[in-house]
Amino acid sequence: MTEVRDAPGAPLPRADAVPTAALHRALMEDMLLARRASERLWNLQRQGRIATIPPLTGQEAAIVGVVRALDLAIDWLVPYYREQLGMAALGDEFLEQVVMYWRGHPDGGRVPDGVLCLPPQISLGSQVPHATGLAWGLKLRGEPGIACTFIGDGATSEGDFAEGLNLAGVQRVPLLVVVLNNGWAISTPTTRQTAAPTFTAKADAAGVPATRVDGNDVLAVLEAARAARAHVASGKGPMLLELITYRVAAHTNSDDPTRYIPEEELAAWKARDPIDQFRARLTGDGQWDDAEHGALVAAVEARLERIIDAAFAHAVDPVSAFDHRNADGDARLLRQRDELAARLTSEPVPEENGVSWRP
Amino acid sequence: MVAAIRDTIAAEMARDDRVVLLGEDVGHNGGVFRVTDGLLDRFGEARVFDTPISEAAIVGASVGLSVAGLVPIAEIQFAGFSWQAYHQVNGQLARLRYRSRGRFHCPVTVRAPYGGGVRTPEHHADSVESPYAHTPGLKVVVPSTPSDAKGLLTSAVRDPDPVLFLEPIPLYRHARDDVPEGEHVVELGRARVVREPADAVVIAWGAMVPVACDAADEIATRHGAQVGVVDLRTLVPLDVETIVSVVERAGRVVVVHEAPLTGGFGAEVVATIQEEAFYSLEAPIRRVAGYDLPAPVPLVEDWCRPDAARVVAALESSLDA
Repeated sequence: MTEVRDAPGAPLPRADAVPTAALHRALMEDMLLARRASERLWNLQRQGRIATIPPLTGQEAAIVGVVRALDLAIDWLVPYYREQLGMAALGDEFLEQVVMYWRGHPDGGRVPDGVLCLPPQISLGSQVPHATGLAWGLKLRGEPGIACTFIGDGATSEGDFAEGLNLAGVQRVPLLVVVLNNGWAISTPTTRQTAAPTFTAKADAAGVPATRVDGNDVLAVLEAARAARAHVASGKGPMLLELITYRVAAHTNSDDPTRYIPEEELAAWKARDPIDQFRARLTGDGQWDDAEHGALVAAVEARLERIIDAAFAHAVDPVSAFDHRNADGDARLLRQRDELAARLTSEPVPEENGVSWRP
Repeated sequence: MVAAIRDTIAAEMARDDRVVLLGEDVGHNGGVFRVTDGLLDRFGEARVFDTPISEAAIVGASVGLSVAGLVPIAEIQFAGFSWQAYHQVNGQLARLRYRSRGRFHCPVTVRAPYGGGVRTPEHHADSVESPYAHTPGLKVVVPSTPSDAKGLLTSAVRDPDPVLFLEPIPLYRHARDDVPEGEHVVELGRARVVREPADAVVIAWGAMVPVACDAADEIATRHGAQVGVVDLRTLVPLDVETIVSVVERAGRVVVVHEAPLTGGFGAEVVATIQEEAFYSLEAPIRRVAGYDLPAPVPLVEDWCRPDAARVVAALESSLDA
């Protein structure tokens, strides 16, 4: 990855190596795609075609700014479950896999070859020790690159977060921990999540340097993430970046935030929309106009539809659920697989909420 | 079943002011399944606590709350997240009475929705009963009807020792019956004979009980055979007496559970029958269980969870033997 390519979805090289205009356009495209994908998958869930969707709405800048600050050829991403739609820089095939994941497809966790990213982590906080180990492994093997993990404000209350961060500090591993502080853990506000004044205070306890940034300002996030990456990659040990944003949408489709989110607070944050802010700034600087924006929105729409169509083109073979439990299947497992295969030939195959598992 | 559980928690909190409720989103949000809806308003912030996302601390603090004289009802939002508290449940909660030689004890009820069937993401559909049944000192309870949920939860909260109360997710909204008004106690360690056996019996628990009943109906239609159904309701302590009694009458047995086959609690049931009722058996005992895989994702879960067709096949095999 050494050249800038204009094709939608093509990975960009390291952010500081590309012309500013191209980078700005990439940031905008990634954010627009994340926004539109959250909306589209939400609607598909309502139609019964997607099992679950945790929207990224209003938090796009925080993820996009970090991802575009990394060197995606050598840096590893260790996400939880909300950020993937903001990782368009990893390519269309990655996003297609993300859509399959939320469809509930058995192959949904299969990150495309060559993409340095672990599957979505549902079990809160569990990913932090994984990222610590990945970063530790890079260090032990003398390989370049860092591990960058994401965690929500709520999940920092899990033991795994404290344990993973502490170990990373002791071993001085090349780890960047990004705390996506979006104000709410389902119904629990950050004020009820911790008595610590900030989430950077939790890094202090582990002897890990940390900074807080406006997570709705994509350029501020980019700059802070670049600085943090440089620190981490230089061998000085881990860093924590707290990005302050807001979950303006629901936790997932199963959640009803009107039960607990104060309307005024929500309205105030909606007025600080990261895409609107970035667009206004670029427009004010003379780098962007409505025509360009409209064209990009249309391009993003088309790109997203191609991704969704591709994700739904994957058939679901129930027998494939037996693949990959281990490198090989033991005799009992193979018997169970054969039993299911026999049932599939003898029983009618229902549609899954209108979605046939056959293409 | 949601309303029965909610009403029971409320009744126990009203009866005993030592009872407190803690867990993620149980207060202002009323729980992600609305099981605890309204309890914060009714009992206030001194008795209903939205905790940080810290399963180990929820269970571990319940140990300490017990020692301080309170009676905690702790919710783990999904049983698949109980693994984050496993060391506290297995290593601490279940054995404080034993370790302290009776000085301290933990009258804690840990409630957790469990199992698949409603298209939840990874880690939300685990059937976790086996390792917890393998935890000396912990009682393991699984209701399959709203009435039993009320009676068993009442017993669990009043029990002087820790109880894991597993709530089958697909039955939250679908299981309905006439829940007795007022005091209703179902003693822990008593199975329920849902249908009297004559020709065979299916032993099941949780969401597999209605599956067993569907299979029994199908066998009656196809073969005119009378298949009994036993809902264990409590895995620990196990109601050996009832199991032996139905096996003696039926002679043919199928054990059904949603958790993976290998090391599943069905093996314990089968071994117990072999020890206690071997000479009543007329056919090898069959097991119908989840496959030996992580809990299946939405698009394949209907194929991977045991269904009536698989139970019917096992019953036919048993009846033919």
